[in-house]
Amino acid sequence: MGKITFIEHDNTEHVTEFEAGTTLMQIAVDNAVPGIDGDCGGECACGTCHMIVADEWFGKTGSIGDAEEQMLSMTPERAQTSRLGCQVRTTEAMDGMTVHLPEFQM
Amino acid sequence: MTISEKQTTVIVGGGHAAGALMTILLQKKYQHEVVLVGEEPHPPYQRPPLSKNYLAGEVDQASLYLKPRVVYEKAGQQLRLGVRVEQIDRDNKTIRLSDQSTLKYDQLVLATGSHVRRLRAPGSDLQGIHYLHDITDTDALREKLVPGKRLVIVGGGYIGLEVAASATKKGVNVTVLEAADRLMQRVTGPEMSAFFYAKHRGAGVDVRLNTAVTGFEAGDQGRVAGVTLADGGTVPADVVLVSIGVIPETALAEAAGLPCDDGIVVDEFARTGDPDILAIGDCTHHRNLFFEKMQRLESVANAVDQARTAAATLMGEEKPYDSAPWFWSNQYDVRLQMVGLSQNSDQRVLRGSAEDKEFAVFYLREGSVIAVDAVNLPVAFMVGKQLVQHRKSVCAKALSDPRTDLKSLV
Ligand SMILES: Cc1cc2nc3c(=O)[nH]c(=O)nc-3n(C[C@H](O)[C@H](O)[C@H](O)COP(=O)(O)OP(=O)(O)OC[C@H]3O[C@@H](n4cnc5c(N)ncnc54)[C@H](O)[C@@H]3O)c2cc1C
Ligand code: FES
Repeated sequence: MGKITFIEHDNTEHVTEFEAGTTLMQIAVDNAVPGIDGDCGGECACGTCHMIVADEWFGKTGSIGDAEEQMLSMTPERAQTSRLGCQVRTTEAMDGMTVHLPEFQM
Repeated sequence: MTISEKQTTVIVGGGHAAGALMTILLQKKYQHEVVLVGEEPHPPYQRPPLSKNYLAGEVDQASLYLKPRVVYEKAGQQLRLGVRVEQIDRDNKTIRLSDQSTLKYDQLVLATGSHVRRLRAPGSDLQGIHYLHDITDTDALREKLVPGKRLVIVGGGYIGLEVAASATKKGVNVTVLEAADRLMQRVTGPEMSAFFYAKHRGAGVDVRLNTAVTGFEAGDQGRVAGVTLADGGTVPADVVLVSIGVIPETALAEAAGLPCDDGIVVDEFARTGDPDILAIGDCTHHRNLFFEKMQRLESVANAVDQARTAAATLMGEEKPYDSAPWFWSNQYDVRLQMVGLSQNSDQRVLRGSAEDKEFAVFYLREGSVIAVDAVNLPVAFMVGKQLVQHRKSVCAKALSDPRTDLKSLV
């Protein structure tokens, strides 16, 4: 059990508790964080779970797969540390992590 | 109004549309009491994995749930599961439930989904003939999928084909019988149909096109032993899956006198003929401003997008439904993503080739992109989403030229 903070585009913060193994998308959905709907349920098929991981935490989120990279490449608010939330499975090492949400999803 | 006189919004049906609506209302801090009444014993769950990795035994039941039941309840939303809504009394704004209780509503949202189309033919009530629509159906079918057994699937649509792929993975011998001259005819063009035909044949599935089913043959103890064909032949079977489409669930709405026509008729704000009753998801025949005509769709994207529209309507905002439909399907190592509806295209442009296992078909009408089907090429799907939503005109040559960066066309 640890904490991850989601910060909306308007700076509203959502501090959430998580169990390692849950994806970032699922944590956001379970906590009704606005703007993350995860339409495809985590299949990497919809692109509606775009998140921007705080720089210092990005290295802990694992590598970006080819399908994820292709989906992200068309996201207007793509940043250096962008991820699809459904493709990031949390670990204990992510306790305390901060994740920013873009203004719009695809 | 005091707090105790809070208005109540009741959602009928516990599927994907209902679940999405619950979540969106929570995100938007909706102030009314929210109660969901669902016939199934489960909190809202995703059906797509039923024919894919859940059937293959790769994910568990809890992972199907949009979120755990306690999450709704902790947030103050009520779930009444395992209870069916039997009747809507519009005059008294009350619904009657199968446990004989009644519930008052101020706003009602119908999200009753669809039910499977049954095949009525001699022998269709034999044991061992399955349909696939919910968790119970899937558990029953999964139990029968043991190596070496013969599964015959009636219907070569995307659900039948996904089951073929999942069952093949488990070592089952699969035959697919399709009446039309190509697979997934209703949703995709000939190039994709041909690609999936080759894919399934290559995996060892016996796919038979132009093959009409006339009935079922009985074996021992009332169990199905074969599927009989119009040409007089029989295909031996241990298990049969009939997958020939769904019918919108409109009985409740019809009995309440709401206009229905191949679905509950709703406008672009998800409103039915009664100002206090909305409807969303598979059960609707709806106006989507993206199309010029009324439309019925069976997809998660439609369920979720209509839920967004309904949430806005409930909160007094106007957010018409105007998004391009999209869809996905997984079969073997193939990820198919589709956007738009391709039926009325007058030109098809292929990008890449089927042999490379990464390609896309762009469907044009009068020079504008109206749909894209992408195989293992998510970037074509994402570009397609933009092109289709904005009805962009593009040069067919540029689309097919591998040197064109697809992203530059948006
Ligand atoms: C096997 C399978 C695979 C699929 N794969 C995909 C896919 O890959 N991609 C995709 O986009 N879509 C897919 N779909 C379609 C998608 O799941 C549906 O479009 C979506 O579930 C529709 O949501 P809904 O809420 O409108 O209806 P449903 O999810 O069908 O939910 C309706 C619910 O309402 C309940 N109900 C009905 N009447 C009453 C009543 N009177 N009282 C109480 N409860 C009631 C039903 O029991 C049901 O639980 C698939 C569907 C199936 C069956
Ligand atoms: S939830 Fe659909 S891509 Fe992440």
